[in-house]
Amino acid sequence: MNGFFDMPSDLQHSYVGLIGLHLQEALLPVAIGLVLALPVAQLCVRFKWLYPPVLWATTVLYAIPSLAFFVVLIDYTGQTETTVVIPLALYSLVVLVPAIVDGVRSVSPETNAAAVAMGIGPVRRYLQVELPIAVPAIFAGLRVATVSSISLVSVGALIGNQGALGNLLADANLYHRPILAVSSVVTTAVLAILADAALVLIRMLLTPWLPKSARRARRGAGGPAGPDANGDAGDKAGGLPAGGTLGDGTTDVRPTAGSAL
Amino acid sequence: MTIFHFISAFFSDSAHWHGYDGIPTRLVEHIEYSLIALGIAGAVGLPVGLLTGHYGRGGNALALLATAARALPSFGLLVLLFVLMGLSKLPVLIPLVVLAIPPILVTTYEAVRTVDPAPVDAARGMGMHQAKVLFQVELPVALPLILSGLRSAAIQVVSTATIAAYVSFGGVGRYIVDGLYQRNYEKVVGGATLVAALALATLGLFWLMSRFAVSRGVRGVRRP
Repeated sequence: MNGFFDMPSDLQHSYVGLIGLHLQEALLPVAIGLVLALPVAQLCVRFKWLYPPVLWATTVLYAIPSLAFFVVLIDYTGQTETTVVIPLALYSLVVLVPAIVDGVRSVSPETNAAAVAMGIGPVRRYLQVELPIAVPAIFAGLRVATVSSISLVSVGALIGNQGALGNLLADANLYHRPILAVSSVVTTAVLAILADAALVLIRMLLTPWLPKSARRARRGAGGPAGPDANGDAGDKAGGLPAGGTLGDGTTDVRPTAGSAL
Repeated sequence: MTIFHFISAFFSDSAHWHGYDGIPTRLVEHIEYSLIALGIAGAVGLPVGLLTGHYGRGGNALALLATAARALPSFGLLVLLFVLMGLSKLPVLIPLVVLAIPPILVTTYEAVRTVDPAPVDAARGMGMHQAKVLFQVELPVALPLILSGLRSAAIQVVSTATIAAYVSFGGVGRYIVDGLYQRNYEKVVGGATLVAALALATLGLFWLMSRFAVSRGVRGVRRP
């Protein structure tokens, strides 16, 4: 373990500093993705014809490797953090939109009708009825987006030391010090697992009404209900399917974190 | 506009179409490595996934595997194995295989496990034995999901193979990595275009495959 926490000076960050930078580069895109995904998803719920093309676009977008995205952006945003943040925000958006659409769609018509009958307007209904019920599905998407985002930041090392913990990999290669690579991989993996656990915890706090075995609940709610979300993993994450069959026969698998943990 | 200028410059330069660093060579390399990795991963993941799914056991272990696989940074794993094992193709092929197995394995398991029990029971009632139930009933019904797991794995392998150019790998990623070092942006963008095209071609290939391999009844298309 000698040297596990000793960072080469060319990184200009301590171990903790690198972790902070990594989290910032990974979580900011997820936050941006979420803010953008909510209105897009709502549009897809409102206008049903919009969803299939959006689903196709997201599948295609998600297939494009991160490195290709990064380098094309260099021309516009330079070798900076922004270049890493933009593609990751897009990937998050792509994972979150189907998750939110599924979640909002899983609200039973009776519940909505009851809300309408109680005189709750559309905006309040969205905020106080539909969104809370969609929380499990949204968080399933958030978990995938967060974990893959944390893992993908490392690739930023290839475009000029924008990879936070990933920069350690470049240094491990440069100085022939495998311990640096071990440090990078282990720390990134631990960060991802901790972030995942934190999201599960927040989800549990937000949904006290869910039974303990959230897995069965979600399966019942949003399972093979319809043309489901997509998302396959470029260099991103892979996971359990919660997919259905699309109308034209292609099946999409969402790397939704349904049954993990 | 500049991006398109760079792209057209890259592809119209005839020097990029010949020799060991030519586009055809790099494409063949990339596809070759991806197929090898995917082949090995499929040879391991498909049988195990089919069997565990058929008997409905080992779900927890697989869920754990999926979580671990998602948390592991693929690029980090590549560089780590490369630094540990030195300059050869093996340290790059191993992580590619390791990356491709979980999506295949877990999706196959889940696909076979969630097959509607009614036809499976009917098949058993008709006197089909285990292997026949698995291959003639469960497999065709589970095929769309199994294919999508393979697609996930394939796209993952294709994009990670790009990143792998950073550590001695051939393939299309070479253009990006070399171009970045040489400050040759035209090469970088050309490589990125090729990579994106390759990923989209993989997507299209699997779409076609599911179109032809999946039976009509499963696809939900009405019989003519």
